[in-house]
Amino acid sequence: MFTYALRRIAAVVPALFVIVTLSFFVIRLAPGGPFDQEQALPLEVKANLQAAYGLDKPLISQYVRYIGGLARGDLGPSFRFRDFTVSELIAQGLPISVMLGLAAIVFALAAGIPIGIFAALHRNTAVDHGAIGLAVLGLALPSFVVGPLLALIFGLYLHWLPVAGWEYDARHLVLPVITLALPVMASVARLTRGSLLEVLRAGFIRTARAKGMNEMRIVWRHALRPALLPVVSYLGPATAAVLTGSLVVETVFGLPGSGRFLVEGAVDRDYSLVMGMVIVYGTLTLLCNLAADLLYGWLDPRVRHG
Amino acid sequence: MVEAAVTSAASSTPPHGLWFDAWERLKRNRAAVAAAVVIVTIALLAALGPALVAHRYDSLDWEQIAAPPRWDGSHWHTAHWLGTDRLGRDVFVRSLYGVRLSLAIGLLATIVSLLIGTAWGAIAGYVGGRVDSLMMRAVDIFNSLPYIFLVIILTTLFDRGNLFVLFFAIGAVGWVTMARIVRGQALSLRRKEFVQAAIALGARPSHILLRHIVPNAIGPVIVYATLTIPQMILYESFLSFLGLGVHEPLASLGTLIREGSVEMEAAVWLLLTPAGLLAVLLVCFGLLGDGLRDALDPGDS
Repeated sequence: MFTYALRRIAAVVPALFVIVTLSFFVIRLAPGGPFDQEQALPLEVKANLQAAYGLDKPLISQYVRYIGGLARGDLGPSFRFRDFTVSELIAQGLPISVMLGLAAIVFALAAGIPIGIFAALHRNTAVDHGAIGLAVLGLALPSFVVGPLLALIFGLYLHWLPVAGWEYDARHLVLPVITLALPVMASVARLTRGSLLEVLRAGFIRTARAKGMNEMRIVWRHALRPALLPVVSYLGPATAAVLTGSLVVETVFGLPGSGRFLVEGAVDRDYSLVMGMVIVYGTLTLLCNLAADLLYGWLDPRVRHG
Repeated sequence: MVEAAVTSAASSTPPHGLWFDAWERLKRNRAAVAAAVVIVTIALLAALGPALVAHRYDSLDWEQIAAPPRWDGSHWHTAHWLGTDRLGRDVFVRSLYGVRLSLAIGLLATIVSLLIGTAWGAIAGYVGGRVDSLMMRAVDIFNSLPYIFLVIILTTLFDRGNLFVLFFAIGAVGWVTMARIVRGQALSLRRKEFVQAAIALGARPSHILLRHIVPNAIGPVIVYATLTIPQMILYESFLSFLGLGVHEPLASLGTLIREGSVEMEAAVWLLLTPAGLLAVLLVCFGLLGDGLRDALDPGDS
């Protein structure tokens, strides 16, 4: 397990390095700088601004400086939100985004796994087809379609829930969490159904049946544990899906999470903000992938010796 | 694949190869056929539909601001079939322009990722050895990066509005899965007798790659390409929805959905038309891709 963990961790480091380096150089190649506005600044002012932010130095020394700052947890100043550093901006919104994402993943697992089990146990019945049809739909409909539609139905027409906005009130989180969770839930349900069906055909299940074991006990005690392994390895991609979805959901429902900084930063060409967000979200994704890999290796010894 | 062609040619029935069998299987899959028909219909509508009515995608009709959909038999040429937006622009025409853009970009980005991925995977799998492990290591790193964030970085790289350049770039980032699939095929094909025979006859590696490896690996490539198109359409709409894609007065399904979601309290049809079109397209491409997979790889289903 220890060597397996080391191998997995060693695989994450180059990916992180690529993220940082690639985003740094690509973004510096972009046409137009953060100080190009509708009304052009006087040249001296622009030069002073660039000198103040170190943008006049050679690219390589800017890069070294950025990496040095990164090692100290400093993502640099934001070019647009002049009074804030990027770390401050992200620290402001990240808790809301993380809470939203965690709630979505918990909800997706809590709903998706039972749906998958139920569909597998009632294979090829109307219930099964209905569940799978819903799952296909949930996977195909992007969050920027589902979000507004849910707000329309439950907010505007039925008046059950607030349409958008943010207060410290769970009701404001219901629709965003459901929107975010829906595609993940659909994947979880499909994975659970497929792998449970496969496990139920395995030899050890036949043995259990031959012993005359109660069917419920077979499913819960023997079949479910191996059947949930694919769901565990899906947790990595699921975090990526949720982080991506949060960009949309925060826009649709007007939540003050950190996702909007990525979008606003890209529109404003606020280099350091976009890079900071990509590094933070990229690292989160990679770490969640790593956690899912480690969990999987711990649950299934075949993987770590393979 | 070659074996299948040989055995069917040897039997007494008229010869039909892999593609004929696949076509027969695909025709029996009702969902896939229906999906293909819907996709073709929408594509034709997007190509020809705007010519049916008198409005352009950017022409303003000040008499009809945010008008709801209305069917008027006597003035069908000038009526706004699916209503207008807040500037009096025709929703029917704008949505069809959005579909055009989405389909064109989805195809373009898919072709780019297909070309790069096939070349990368075929070379890695055929050459093998250290080249292979180095090339696949690069694929692993690329694959572990969160794709959409790279794409957002790329949107800052190009001037807004130059979508084709942007999607060229997106396709260029999205080739890794394709490379994996083709490499797997190339690895097993390399050991097949007909490839060994070609090597023994002194064929050049480029010839072997283009004539033997790539054509025989094309089945899974087509399946994956069909599933890549909706992915790319989705990325485009996603970026446009966030304001990082096309800009006014151009329309994409993503920008239309964004406008619609802002206006939905007053004018639901602004949201429902583009959202419905996008959903139908995505579902149909998914069904068609699944159908193709079953048709070309019957052992798996």
